[in-house]
Order: sequence, then structure tokens, then C-alpha cells
Amino acid sequence: MGRIGVIFKRELIGYFATPIAAVFIIIFLMLAGAFTFYLGDFFARGQADLIPFFDFHPWLYLVLIPALAMRLWAEERRGGTIELLFTLPVTLWEAVAGKFLAAWCFTGIALALTFPTWITVNILGEPDNGVILTSYLGSFLMAGGFMAIGSCVSALTKNQVIAFVISVVVGLGFVLSGFPMVLDVFSGWAPQFLLELISSFSFLTHFNALSRGVIDVRDLVYFLSLIGFWLFATALMLEWKKAE
Amino acid sequence: MESMVELRQLRKTFGPIVAVDEVSFTVGQGEVLGFLGPNGAGKSTTMKMITGFLTPTGGTAKVNGFNIQEQPLEAKKSLGYLPEGAPAYGEMTPLSFLVFIAEMRGFRGAELDRRVAETMEKVNLEGVAHQPIDTLSKGFKRRVGLAQAIVHDPAVLILDEPTDGLDPNQKHEVRGLIKTMARDKAIILSTHVLEEVHAVCTRAMIIAKGKVITDGTPAELEARSRRHNAVILRLRGPLPDGVQAVLEGVPGVKRAEVIDEGLAEHEYRILPADGQPIISAISQCVHRQDWDVVELSVDRGHLDEVFRSLTMPAQALT
Repeated sequence: MGRIGVIFKRELIGYFATPIAAVFIIIFLMLAGAFTFYLGDFFARGQADLIPFFDFHPWLYLVLIPALAMRLWAEERRGGTIELLFTLPVTLWEAVAGKFLAAWCFTGIALALTFPTWITVNILGEPDNGVILTSYLGSFLMAGGFMAIGSCVSALTKNQVIAFVISVVVGLGFVLSGFPMVLDVFSGWAPQFLLELISSFSFLTHFNALSRGVIDVRDLVYFLSLIGFWLFATALMLEWKKAE
Repeated sequence: MESMVELRQLRKTFGPIVAVDEVSFTVGQGEVLGFLGPNGAGKSTTMKMITGFLTPTGGTAKVNGFNIQEQPLEAKKSLGYLPEGAPAYGEMTPLSFLVFIAEMRGFRGAELDRRVAETMEKVNLEGVAHQPIDTLSKGFKRRVGLAQAIVHDPAVLILDEPTDGLDPNQKHEVRGLIKTMARDKAIILSTHVLEEVHAVCTRAMIIAKGKVITDGTPAELEARSRRHNAVILRLRGPLPDGVQAVLEGVPGVKRAEVIDEGLAEHEYRILPADGQPIISAISQCVHRQDWDVVELSVDRGHLDEVFRSLTMPAQALT
């Protein structure tokens, strides 16, 4: 187990040593269920699939993941442990990766605990489990995207409230970047290729492709490179604002 | 003496503010260097650069021969650091926290268990091993911080205010611990408590406005005191006139001051002309005059006085 592993383990155990784990998982499962069954009309649709379940994930993550991510670095800085961490023989990258992976894995655990919904739909009908699997994959990757954004914003400030609000706004930008709400800001003056580029950054476009059962390498590359980019930015922010 | 810490023109600026201004020194094995200085003098900033947390604006810092900027991992391996306020992950217990630090430092299995157990014993943490650090008293938190700094038995130990906020017993314990470790390590510690310099340091350095003002043994520092080698004399009873004049007539005496002139007792401070010992001359004089002596003692000098006069030159003591 390398140093990333040591940090990963400490962080993941840390979630379960505090009420964060219980609160997050319970709220996540409750909201996911409520959205699926009430707003998504799971039963009335009469279809054996989990589309109403996954359709709400971007919106759930939009609020819940920044709440989880805001403490990633803001708390280290506030408590002074950042000084402890970075005077241990560890590279900036190892610390960023270890903490991110633990947080991502934690959301993965919460996501995996929605399995009763999957069992339910299998009892009620004969869904395409391949589609459900790729949807889970897409949802998990999207959670990673939100988490990486939150990690970077958290590295910028000591104040967790500010970190939360900014992460939500940036996340919203990524969710909606294919929608007129965001594109209208650019459409007056920006060239066409830029508009297409911006709309291609949308979480929804890539997530929807995966949740329709299509595994396109481009969607995987999109999410992974997005995560990579924001983690790189996290490291830059930390290096820049470490002392404050 | 091999130099374990080596600073060359280390400099740090924050915007227009110069926090550390070209500080150079070396610390060898067996030395305990005390950093003294007013708040904001640059003590912590210097330590943060030595430990690799802050990037210097200029100059270099070497730890155990490794440049902290160029070979940070190697340098950090031979370094133990207690940051100001002894930060720790509050939800962890001292045991799990120390295991984490030891794992980060590359220890595994039986070696890890042994080191963690030994360190816990050294700083007396066994009693609270399984309580969350957040629930511990300040003294225990400080010990946890100290424990994480020494778990890998580093060659260089940097301690930022290791006894701040501890009660006298705890201070005594921590100082004892530092002294026992001093032989085979190079230790740098910062402190506001001047008595600590006597208690643990082999060398003291006063820093103000980012610059090193003095560097020497605690005794050398004391010798810079105006009151170094002064004699305190306390006499009893109704006194003849002109005691001051008699005392000032003793060879080597610059001046005799009245500290306290009560009804029953009188106290004088006799300052030497050039810092030379005058106690035997005073003693003979007292004997000749046949005064009733209650106390006769040498003042070794006062670090706080030296400290004030060096760091607040505008208000130099008179």
C-alpha cells in the first residue's frame, strides 16, 4: 500500500468515524427513492427500467456532492492539518489523489446502497440489466466529476459555506452547459465552435448516453479527463494558497 | 560537528511584507537551538520553510544534506515537525493517528506496532490511546503532536512552541523529553518563554523583523544584560547614612541602586562597571562595615531584559 492508499484509508474511515457518513447516505437514499417513486412515477409508467431513478441523479449530486466536497481541503486548512500533511514525505499529487479517491469511493458506496431499487425492478419485470449497469457506471463517473470540481473549489477557501455555494454554481454550469440558460450567455458573441465546445461539456449529454446503455469511449474519456483536469487544478490551487 | 540543518540567505516575502530576511545559520547534531522573538518576527515562517511547507522567495534550506526544494521527500523523511498549535485529525484517536503517521512514513507490520507503542509510552499517551483527539485536553493534544513528530526517530526535529499553553508540570515533562532526545538530534524550537531557553537550549537566537539579531549560548545572551554580574545586597536594621556612597566607592562598581528601602530591610542592586564580577569586593566591603546582611547574591542577567532591549530598540532600557 503506497502513500495514496494510506491517505485513502484514513479519509474513508474518517467519513464513518463522524456522522457525515450516516447523514449523507441516509439523505441520499431517501431523496433518490422519493424522486424515483413520486416525481418519476416509477410504478405508473409501467416500464421495467430505472430511467426515472437515474434521471434525478445529476440534480441530487449537484447539491449533495458539494456538501461532501466542501470539507475536503477547507477543513484541512482550517484545522491546520494541511501543514502536517504536506510536511510528511508525500507529494502534492498523492495527497490530492488519495483524498479525492476516498471521497469518490464514499459516494460509490452510497450509490451501491441503492441496490434495493434494482432488485425491485427485477422482481416487477424484466429490465435490461446491461443498461442499468452502464447507468450506474455513468452515475458514478458523474459523481466523480462533481467531486473533482468540489475538491478544487474547497482548495481555494477556508470557508466551507463559500466552498459549497461556489461548487454548486460551477456544477450547475456543467450540468446545464448544453442548455439555453448557459449557451445564451455566449451565443451573442462567441463563435460557433466555442458554443459547440461548451455544450459538449455538459454532464447531462454524456450521462444520458451512458444511461441509455451506450458505452462510448468518448463519454468515459470525457468524465475521466474532466476529473483529471479538476484534480490538477486542485493541486495548483493548493500550491498557490497553501500558506493562507 | 556535522551540520544537520543549513540555511543560506533564506528569504520570504508576502507581497510587500518581508517576513524572513536573508537568514543563514547551521545547526549540528546535539544542538538545541531556541528561536526567540516577538510575535510576527518570522520564527514560524522560517520553520515552515525549513520543513518544506512554504516555498522560500530566495535562498536555500538543507535538512540532513538534502535541499528541501529539490529533494523534498528525502529531506522530509529525516524531519519531524510539530506545527504551531499541534494540529491533528480530531476525529481520530491518538493510536489511529500515530498509526496513520507511521504508515505515511513507510513503516509496516511489527516495526510499525513497535514504533507506535514506544512513542506512546515516551509521551505518556497510553491512558488516552482510544479517545478521540478532539475530546482530549490541551496538554494531551500537545503530546499527540509531539508523538507524531518523533515516531520515526528523525535526525532533525522542528518544534513550533512545543510548551505553549501547558501547565507547569506538563512543561517540565515536555522539556525533559526534549532534553533526552537532544543528544543524537538537531533540534530547533521556538518559544516565548525565556526560562525555557535556560531549561533546554544549548543555543539561543533572537529574531526580530525577519532578521537574526543575536546568536549565542544562553549565558552569552545573559552577559549582554545590563544587570549581568550585578550584586543584590539586602541589609537589616537601622542603617547609617551613606550606604550608597560606600558601595559606589568599592573598586569596579559603577553604580548602586536602591531597589527597596523599607523600615526593617533595605535592598540594593550594585552594577559593575564593565560586566566584571564584583561580588568578592562587595563582600569584603560589607564585612568591613559590619552591616547585618540578609542576602548577598549575583544577578546573572535577565534574558527578558536583553530580549526587550534588542527587539524594541526605540525604547531602550535606561
